[in-house]
Amino acid sequence: MRIKQLVTTAVMLGVASVAVFAGPGKPAGGGTVSGKVTYEGTPAKQKPIDMSKEPSCAKQYTTPTATETVVTGANNSLDNVVVYVSAGAPDEGAPSQAVTFDQKGCRYLPHVLAFQINQELKIVNDDQTSHNIHPLAKVNHEWNKSQPPGTPPLSEKFSEAEFIPVKCNVHPWMHGNFAVLKNSHFAVSKDGAFTLPNLPAGKYTITAWHESYGTQTQDVTISGSETKAVNFVFKAKPY
Amino acid sequence: MGKLFAVVLVIIALVSAYPIVTHKYVQPEDISTHGHAIDEQLSDTMAESGFAFLGAQFLLAFFVWKFTERKDGAKVRHMPGGAKVMVVAAFILVGTEVLALGVFGQKAWASVYFAPAKSDDLQVQVQAGQFAFYFRYPGPDGKFGQLHPDKIDEGNSNFFGLDPANDVESRDDVVAAELAIPVDREVHLLMHAKDVGHSFYVRELRLQQDFVPGLDLSLHFTATKTGKYEILCTQLCGLGHYNMKAYLDVMSQDDYDKWMKEKVSEQ
Repeated sequence: MRIKQLVTTAVMLGVASVAVFAGPGKPAGGGTVSGKVTYEGTPAKQKPIDMSKEPSCAKQYTTPTATETVVTGANNSLDNVVVYVSAGAPDEGAPSQAVTFDQKGCRYLPHVLAFQINQELKIVNDDQTSHNIHPLAKVNHEWNKSQPPGTPPLSEKFSEAEFIPVKCNVHPWMHGNFAVLKNSHFAVSKDGAFTLPNLPAGKYTITAWHESYGTQTQDVTISGSETKAVNFVFKAKPY
Repeated sequence: MGKLFAVVLVIIALVSAYPIVTHKYVQPEDISTHGHAIDEQLSDTMAESGFAFLGAQFLLAFFVWKFTERKDGAKVRHMPGGAKVMVVAAFILVGTEVLALGVFGQKAWASVYFAPAKSDDLQVQVQAGQFAFYFRYPGPDGKFGQLHPDKIDEGNSNFFGLDPANDVESRDDVVAAELAIPVDREVHLLMHAKDVGHSFYVRELRLQQDFVPGLDLSLHFTATKTGKYEILCTQLCGLGHYNMKAYLDVMSQDDYDKWMKEKVSEQ
């Protein structure tokens, strides 16, 4: 068993280093799915966050920052949508690189953080105040941990795939999301755009998840090194 | 040795009375119309209990001084009338004092808690939850929308559980994290707790009222001086209790109107 694990790890590291050395723009073979996430309708108005109870955070903003449950851009583009391969790709072990979830100005940066099962999650407190990170997990083990200012990052892991809302028990307005995924084929939309590179030939189900608008799926078949366009349109409601 | 103890007793009593008699601990400024009555009540209580305290300590020291170091075999003497009379006398004395404080104090208390608010009061709903206060104003339509606790969505700034999709009255409700009020106008707070017990305390207003889960409580007051004051939770409510606070911003009517206009535009 131990040997099998070692071999698997070694193979994974090998694959990872090949991917790294292949460099960006030169996918290690396979096709790409890319596209845009947009909305139609009127999205909910995002409200300015009143942080007056926490002056050390409030003073970091000249104009109050707004809630981020729906983040939109030009041409109806929709941000913070997790687009991932939900079927067709094999489960993968966790990459060795950690992802970072930062608490700064009493906000979560990024608002939506996607990572893999058992991948190391570093939670950093860059504020002058204590935070209490509370992922509201239902499938994974639910926990909440306090993090006073100046303390080292917390290191966490999740062992099951799940979309987990995260809140701070001390600052009610702080709200974020973890997307714990089974494989490395995922992206979080930025200006509505996403790209899923390095997909071997095959049939895949692509799922797009948005914290307010739910999920949508589309099937796509990749052959060779082609780039397939997949677009998602979510219906937005003002309330 | 016994005489030394009597002297120490007198010194302790005098030293502990000193900072109170010389007003070493000053109360923060009173910015409310009812606060002076509360302050008078507090100083009356302090004076009464202060005299009782000093009297009791001096009497104790006197007995210690007089009857200490007596020779063996001295006869035990009783107070005139025996213990029963003393107990009855103490009961009447303390009872009258407590009753008198209550009778005089109820006026100050009732002006805040029992007398109804004026009809032109400004109604503000206060919600205490772990670990922040939120304040809701009825908005331009003058009506509060219904509360639906299942719709509370803090990440979306829906701290009260409003349902703007179906409830038109709630759409213009103004929700703020600070209590902004105009000066010299009666404010009527409608208070409820979201989760556990909390307390609303503003020293300068001489107001302290617990939130009790499941109860709708109310308070009314008139602030007489503009400025920013701290609202503190004074009921231990969990791990973030130390950080549960908000600000009371007493503004001129003009500033308040401006503030409200800006808040309405944000909704």
